[in-house]
Amino acid sequence: MSHSLEPAAAPRPPWWRDRRVMPWLVQAFVGLVILVVIAFLLGNLVRNLTAAGLLLSWRWLGQPAGFDLSESVLPFNAEMPYWRGLLAGLVNTLRAVGFGLVGATLLGTLLGMASFSSNGLLRRLAAVYVEVIRNIPLLLQLVFWYFVVFLSLPNGTEALQFPGVVLAKSGFYGAGFEAGWHWQGPHLVNGVWQAPLRLSVEFTALLTGLVAYTGAFIAEVVRGGIAAVPKGQWEAAASLGLHWATTLRRVVLPQALRVIIPGLNSQYISLAKNSSLAVAVGYTDLYSVAETTLNQTGRAVEVIVLLLGAYLVLDLLISALMNGLNGLVQIRER
Amino acid sequence: MVLMAPLNRLLLAAPLLLALVLGGCASEDGGNGVQSEKLNTIRSRGKLLCGVDGKLPGFSFVESDGRYSGLDVDICKAVAAAVVDDPGKIEYRNLNSSERFAALASGEIDLLSRNTTETLSRDSAGGNGLSFAPTTFFDGQGVMVPVASGVKSLKDLAGKPICVESGTTTELNLADRMREIKAAYTPLKFQTGDQTYTAYLGGRCVAVTSDRSQLAAKRTSFPDPKAHELLPEVLSKEPLTPATVNADPAWADAVRWTIFSLFQAEELGITKANIAAKLAEAKAKPNLADLRRFLGVEGDFGKQLGLPPDFVVKAVSAVGNYGEIFERNVGATSKLKLERGLNRQWSEGGLIYSPPFR
Repeated sequence: MSHSLEPAAAPRPPWWRDRRVMPWLVQAFVGLVILVVIAFLLGNLVRNLTAAGLLLSWRWLGQPAGFDLSESVLPFNAEMPYWRGLLAGLVNTLRAVGFGLVGATLLGTLLGMASFSSNGLLRRLAAVYVEVIRNIPLLLQLVFWYFVVFLSLPNGTEALQFPGVVLAKSGFYGAGFEAGWHWQGPHLVNGVWQAPLRLSVEFTALLTGLVAYTGAFIAEVVRGGIAAVPKGQWEAAASLGLHWATTLRRVVLPQALRVIIPGLNSQYISLAKNSSLAVAVGYTDLYSVAETTLNQTGRAVEVIVLLLGAYLVLDLLISALMNGLNGLVQIRER
Repeated sequence: MVLMAPLNRLLLAAPLLLALVLGGCASEDGGNGVQSEKLNTIRSRGKLLCGVDGKLPGFSFVESDGRYSGLDVDICKAVAAAVVDDPGKIEYRNLNSSERFAALASGEIDLLSRNTTETLSRDSAGGNGLSFAPTTFFDGQGVMVPVASGVKSLKDLAGKPICVESGTTTELNLADRMREIKAAYTPLKFQTGDQTYTAYLGGRCVAVTSDRSQLAAKRTSFPDPKAHELLPEVLSKEPLTPATVNADPAWADAVRWTIFSLFQAEELGITKANIAAKLAEAKAKPNLADLRRFLGVEGDFGKQLGLPPDFVVKAVSAVGNYGEIFERNVGATSKLKLERGLNRQWSEGGLIYSPPFR
């Protein structure tokens, strides 16, 4: 008979003192309580909605909208259903967010780099810009751009005309190719400007506001990223005789990206959410269409659920893309 | 309020959601007499929560001394006088067109008296589920343009930008009328009236459309009112009507008959100035049965509505009859100088008509 080398199994403690049992039981109990509370709230919601005759229904989405949109990338008219209108609003939001992200990133990167410039004036200008823009609420800035700046532009023949570009109260017009690859600049037809490229003042005001505002925050993120690169890297590059711009581009920025990207992520997400301020300057974004829809249908809960879902998905998508990008620039451990 | 992000505005609907999520069942009807949860709530609170626009001269406007005035405000005062016996015990909530129904549904206000058009979808249980009181102002949608623009009719607006407040019936009517005359146009929608009129005055739109009374009211606050004119076309019927929620019929009745009493008082020639004399007369002469019932000297009309017996006396003493309210706020003696038009008594060819107090 061989003697077991293993220590004799300790007698199992009673279940209420068993480390393998109690944590499970506690978790299961807490989980159950949460489930019951959620079930109670949802049940109550459904019961009260039923009592108020407002039980969730999505059939209205297929009914004709009956309202027009001032501008839409997706063709839309009043005879099309609500879902098409909401989709057109979403596309308009994506348009503003897409252009906004590109513009804010460019502006922010340039400003962030400028704050390390060897030129003192440029450095100070960047600092002043960031401090001024960052500390004024975005809504005020949007209202300023739209009502004060863009609505003060002249119209018709008095519009500001530059080669290939015209800035008027009715919109911004740019030269471009028309059908048949025929280059066409902005021109007046019956006192109204026509051009291949046209941006409404509402869209331009929103885009300007979003880019100027988010750009200031991104500048700080970029500045922080650059500052995180050890000074030795600058000195090493300088001792090789590299210009500061080359140093920044070739040596510092690639390393700074690892710090910048996570910070950019949150700025991008706030830009996407801030785009809903479009309603203050009359731009037809998702929120604006949803508000009209809500008022026409009275389907408050459904419309809000759709809105919440749309912005949540948009932000999660941006986040996922940025996390993917983050993975690409991190140091690979070999 | 200006600094509030629109998404935060959604939170306005949050009380509605929360009320629906957390709200219990309606209390059981107990005892005899009129049971209205709302009436009891207002009485125990000691004041009426009234939803108004707050920025519309003649209808609801904050005067330079901080007090509210206007036709919509006077309706709030009459109801407050009838329910809590004091026209001053009101808490006003300024609401924009998009907020108003959520505020009413969530119970944030008791009464919506905010130039709101009565429509089928707003009234029906399957729509907004409101309960409309008698119409206090019969209006129509109009279009205002700068005189200098040379626009003379709706057709001239084809292809032009038009400013409109979002979430209003005017937005839909505009779409319908322009589709009828097959004219393409650009609707520029803004969330508040202030933004809408600022964009119009800034020259972004060739025209602004709203209820004709509202256009006339807003025009009085323009830098140069004479530079703007209303087009002759009336785009729609806009019966502006106070509303309560559908769920409490007794409260809706109390509001409805308080407003009818203002109509009836005008018909009977009872004014703020002579109501005390009329009351004394009614008390002295038992043969004036109609007057005695109307003023609560005999019968139990007040009790039937869950109101004090003399609710008519309280309401008329507070704000006068409907004719006085109209003249004071929007009529010939006011800045707006609106004609009474459809808002005359039925006996003079108008639409103001009270069912009998019987």
